[in-house]
Amino acid sequence: MNNIMTVKDLCLWYGQTQALKNINIDIPEKSITALIGPSGCGKSTFLKTLNRMNDLVQGVKITGEVKYGDMDIFAPDTDVNKLRKEIGMVFQKPNPFPMSIYDNIAYGPRTHGIKNKAKLDEIVENSLRGAAIWDEVKDRLKKSALGMSGGQQQRLCIARALAVEPKILLMDEPTSALDPISTSKIEELASELKEKYTIVIVTHNMQQAVRISDQTAFFLLGDLIEYGNTEKMFATPEDKRTEDYITGRFG
Amino acid sequence: MRSRFDEQLADLNKKLIEMGAMCEECISLAAKALKEGNPGIRWEVEPLDNSLDDLERNVESLCLKLLLQQQPVARDLRQVSTALKMITDIKRIGDQASDVAEIIGFLNGRTSEECEYLDQMATATIKMVTESIDSFVKSDLNLANSIIEYDDVVDEYFNKVKIFLIDLIAKNPKDGEYALDLLMIAKYFERIGDHAVNVAKWVVFSVTGNH
Repeated sequence: MNNIMTVKDLCLWYGQTQALKNINIDIPEKSITALIGPSGCGKSTFLKTLNRMNDLVQGVKITGEVKYGDMDIFAPDTDVNKLRKEIGMVFQKPNPFPMSIYDNIAYGPRTHGIKNKAKLDEIVENSLRGAAIWDEVKDRLKKSALGMSGGQQQRLCIARALAVEPKILLMDEPTSALDPISTSKIEELASELKEKYTIVIVTHNMQQAVRISDQTAFFLLGDLIEYGNTEKMFATPEDKRTEDYITGRFG
Repeated sequence: MRSRFDEQLADLNKKLIEMGAMCEECISLAAKALKEGNPGIRWEVEPLDNSLDDLERNVESLCLKLLLQQQPVARDLRQVSTALKMITDIKRIGDQASDVAEIIGFLNGRTSEECEYLDQMATATIKMVTESIDSFVKSDLNLANSIIEYDDVVDEYFNKVKIFLIDLIAKNPKDGEYALDLLMIAKYFERIGDHAVNVAKWVVFSVTGNH
């Protein structure tokens, strides 16, 4: 499998505090990579580094290299908007814009210059289908997205991310605010999406990591402790700290 | 949650030790009856073997409950799945001890006195059974490996018994049936050793993650 992203010796500081320490990871294309670890271990920070969301944090300092394909994402000439178009993000709490379902999806493509109604219609339908929510909302596209259930809102946010045709989807605990049925829908969706997209997901739900991911990275206090095949890691972890964490002996 | 899980795992270990102890008793009773010539021993061994079967079901339910409630991973997962596999071997050990007791009933009170190896073989298999379960409870890799090696000792006893019995038949052809019964008993002991080896191999998996 090709690696769509390669991370070399990545360090990150928030002011004086070092949040990531010499992280080295290759992220294989069209697969699901789960990031696990106790709160404050750096997994969300790492996720946000992948599409430079951390640029928005004051006092952040980053060293090392993150490559998306051949592109160094920290290079001065990197177009951050284009980077975030290709590497989309879905957050913990569904955050639909206070506008119609249709406009939520069309928002991104419009900002990228697509004005043609027929083209937008097509993108909206394909994105909603891609996020497995088309059948539930096709008759109320003009209604406010805020009237949807939490699970639907989260799938809408995934559809919105898909609308700009990304290559990678970053998901930061996308199901932690959802009920079990919505959670299972998002998990199924993630497994379907990996045929076309690469997914990197932060999760606190260990069983979710086991169910959906191909490889898992375990972070602890800013260090990447162990990274490898998910089944292998949950059956025979190599590092005692991984074992202690996933078996609930600490964390 | 973890402490509840640890309690459940301790309970699982306790039940496995209990199963092991019942196996030992089945084999010991059979071995003693063989030495002393007690044709009715099956009536003592059979109920024990039945209790062993009940306990097997009991442990099986406990393992399923642990898988369901605790969704174990890593060494916990290996420990529970190992227990699930082990109990099949432990149950078979009980069955085979029961089979030995049944054959003793056909010996019409004759003992195995002439064939001293058979008694030694029984002692050796009891050691294997006890230690294999011990190795699980203590997650003792060295002990598990030593049991796997010790199987050669039991196999060697089986060969000695066989050679002795061939000689016996040659000298006293009318002892053919007796000799064949003893050979069957020896074979059951040898199989018990193999099951103890299986348990030990599962312990190796439980500890290392490799077969």
